[in-house]
Amino acid sequence: MGFFIEVLIGGLLSGVLYSLVALGFVVIFKASGVLNFAQGSMVLLAGLAFVRAQAFLGETFPFWISVAGGLAFAVAIMVIVAWLVEKFVLTRLINQSSLSLFMATIGLAFVIDELSQIAFGSEVYAVKIGIPREPIIVLTGLFDGGVLLNSVDLWAAIIAACLVLILVVFFQKTGTGLALRAVADDHAAAQSVGIPIPWTWLIIWSVAGLIALAAAVLWGTKVGIQYSIVFLAMKALPVLILGGFTSIPGAIVGGLLIGAGEKLAEVFIGSMIGGGIEYWFAYVVALIFLMIWPQGLFGERLIERI
Amino acid sequence: MRVVSTLVMAALMSLTVMSATASAQNEQFIPILSYRTGPYAANGVPFANGFVDYLQLVNARDGGVNGVKITFEECETSYATDRGVECYERLKGKGPTGASMFHPVSTGITFALTEKVPVDKIPLLTVGYGRSDTRDGAAFRWNFPLISTHWTAAAVAVEYLGQQVGGKQNLKGKKIVLVYLDAPAGKEPIPVFEKLAQSLGYEFTGIPVTAPGLEQKAQWLKIRQMRPDYVVLWGYGGMNPAAIQEAAAVGFPRDKLIGYAWSGAEPDVIPAGDLAKNYKSLMLQHGAEHDQVHDDILKHVYGKGLGRGSEGGVGQVLYNRGMLSAMLGVEAIRTAQTKYGNKPLTGEQVRWGAEHMELTAARLKELGVPTMMRPLKVTCADHEGARLGRVQQWDGAHWKVISDWIEADDAVLQPMVKESAAAYAGSKGIAPVDCSKAD
Repeated sequence: MGFFIEVLIGGLLSGVLYSLVALGFVVIFKASGVLNFAQGSMVLLAGLAFVRAQAFLGETFPFWISVAGGLAFAVAIMVIVAWLVEKFVLTRLINQSSLSLFMATIGLAFVIDELSQIAFGSEVYAVKIGIPREPIIVLTGLFDGGVLLNSVDLWAAIIAACLVLILVVFFQKTGTGLALRAVADDHAAAQSVGIPIPWTWLIIWSVAGLIALAAAVLWGTKVGIQYSIVFLAMKALPVLILGGFTSIPGAIVGGLLIGAGEKLAEVFIGSMIGGGIEYWFAYVVALIFLMIWPQGLFGERLIERI
Repeated sequence: MRVVSTLVMAALMSLTVMSATASAQNEQFIPILSYRTGPYAANGVPFANGFVDYLQLVNARDGGVNGVKITFEECETSYATDRGVECYERLKGKGPTGASMFHPVSTGITFALTEKVPVDKIPLLTVGYGRSDTRDGAAFRWNFPLISTHWTAAAVAVEYLGQQVGGKQNLKGKKIVLVYLDAPAGKEPIPVFEKLAQSLGYEFTGIPVTAPGLEQKAQWLKIRQMRPDYVVLWGYGGMNPAAIQEAAAVGFPRDKLIGYAWSGAEPDVIPAGDLAKNYKSLMLQHGAEHDQVHDDILKHVYGKGLGRGSEGGVGQVLYNRGMLSAMLGVEAIRTAQTKYGNKPLTGEQVRWGAEHMELTAARLKELGVPTMMRPLKVTCADHEGARLGRVQQWDGAHWKVISDWIEADDAVLQPMVKESAAAYAGSKGIAPVDCSKAD
C-alpha cells in the first residue's frame, strides 16, 4: 500500500509539470483559438536563454543575482519572440482559418528549435536555482521504508499552483483578461468593438512565454535544459485532450490524471507486458476520457445553429 | 600577339584543370554521419569533432594516408534511423572510388544498413556499438564492431561487479537491475545479462525507459522498492543525467550505479551536478585521457585554425571516441594499401584492410595513443578484435580510471555470437565463408 501511495503521489507531482506546459497551450488557445504547436519549442528557448544567461552572469555576480538576471533575460527574450510572432506571423493571418494558424505554429516550432540551439548551444545544461534536491521520506511509521517525495516536484507543485491562481485572476478579474476572452470568442466582433487584436496577441504570447519559462526552469532542475525537453512538452497533448483546450482548471486536473495514470500503469501494468508503456498509455487515458466527454473534462460544449 | 596570349592562357587553364583532376583522383572519401542537432546533439557534437579533427590531422601532419589525401563530408542524421539511411544513400557514391566505409554512430542505423552494405560493398565500422553478433566475420563480411560490442560491454560489467563482491561466484543471490533505453542499443545487452544470470545465479531485472528517456520516475520508484545491489545503466543522451538524478531522488547510491561506455561521458554527468559524484561507468578502452595524439591535434589542426570544436573539448570522452573511430578507419585504409597500393581504394578493398588490421603496442605508440588503447587484431573470424574494458568514476569534476583492464569472458560470448550469427545467416540465406580459406 505504501508503494502504491508513493507511485500515486509521484505521478500526481509529475502531472503538475505536465499541467504547467498544458497551461501555455490553453492560454493561447483560449485567447486566440490557436493550438500553438510551438509551445514545446518555447519551453526549450526559454530554458536555454535562462541557463546560458545565468551561467554568464554567475562568472561575475553572486548566485541570486545571476538567477534573477537569467530570469530577466529569458523574460525579455520571450517577450521579443511574442512580438516577432505577432508582427510577422499572426497579424498576417488575422481572420484566416484555425488550420492556417496551426500550420504556422508548426513552422514556428522548427524555426525556434533551430535558432535557439544556434544562439545558445545544443548541449545539456544543468539548472541551479537553489531548490533542495534531497529525497524526503514521510510516513515511515506506517509503511516499511516510508513514502518518498521528490522535493523538486513539491516545489514545482507550489509554483504551479501560484501561477494558476495568477492566471485565473488575470483572465477573470482584469479588463485585459476580458478583452482576451472576447478575442477568443470572435476576432471580427472583438475588432468591431475596438479591441486591438495585435495587442492582445502580444500579451497572450508573452504570458505563454512566461509559463514556458516556469516549466523550463522547473523541468530543467530535474533533467537539465536540452533539446529533448521539446518532446517532454508534448506530454501536454493528452492533458489537453483530457482537460479541454480552453480550461485552466482542466489543464490542472488533466495533468494530474495523466501523471498519476501513466506512472501507476508503468509500475503496475507495465511489468506485466514488458514495460516502457507510460508514453503511449497517457494517450490511452486521454482517449478513454474523450469517448465519454468528447469536449474534454472541462472543455466548452459548443452548440452551433446550422 | 593576341592569338599567342590566348593560346598561353588556354594552355595554363588546361594544366590547372588537369592538375585539379589528378589531385581529385588521388583522394580517399570518408563519409561522416553525425548528429549535431536533435535530442542527442550533446553527445553527437564532441564525437563528430573528434572524428573530423583526426582526419584533418592526417592531412595536415602526414599529407594524407601515404600520400592519398582524405576528403570527407558530414551528413546530419539527428540520430534518426531514416535520416541515417538517407545520408548513406546520398554519400555512398561520392569520391573517386566511392565511400571507403561508413560509421553509422547509431545502433538503429547500423541495423538498417547491415543489409545494404553487402550490396554496395562498403564496410560498416561500428566502434563499440551496433549488432553484437556481427563480430562473426564469417557471416557478417561487411560489419566491423571494433574494440567492443554491447555484449562484450555487458560481460565486462558483470566481471567488474564480480570483482566488487570478491569474485563472480559471490554474485549468487545478488540483485542486478538493468535500466535501458527502449531502443535497439538499449536492448542489445539483455541476452548476456540473462545468460550470465543463469550461470552465476544473480537475480536480473531489465527495466525499459522509453526514448528520449527524460521521464524515469516510475522506473526508479520501482527500483527503490526492489532494493537491488547494483543498477547498470544502458542509456544515451539526456536519459543518462536524468537517470543519475532520479537515482539520487530515491536515495540510490551513485557508486552502485554503473553506466556502460555510452553512458559515461561529460554530457552524462555535468548536467546532474553534484548528484553525479561517485557515479561509475565502463570505458570503451579509452576514457578522457590526454595522449600524444592530442598534442599533435592541438599543434597541427587547432594551431592552423582547422579545429572543428574548441580546444577545451579536445580529449573529452566522446571526442576521444570519435577520434579513435576515425583512426581505426584510417588504419583500415592504410592496411589495405599494403595489398592494393598507395592509391584511392574502393570500399571492397578497405573491407580487406579492416579484416587484416593489426594494431600492436608499438603501432599504437606510433599513432600517439599508447595509454588509450590496447593492441587490436582483427581477423575473418573476429571482426571485433579485442574484448577489453575499464571502469571510471566521476569525482565531481573529472573522470578517474578506477580499475585495471578487464577482459570479457569469451567462453560465454563466443557461443552466443556463433548461434546468433548462424540464425541470421540462415534467415537471410547467407552462406558463411570458411575463414580458414578466406583471403
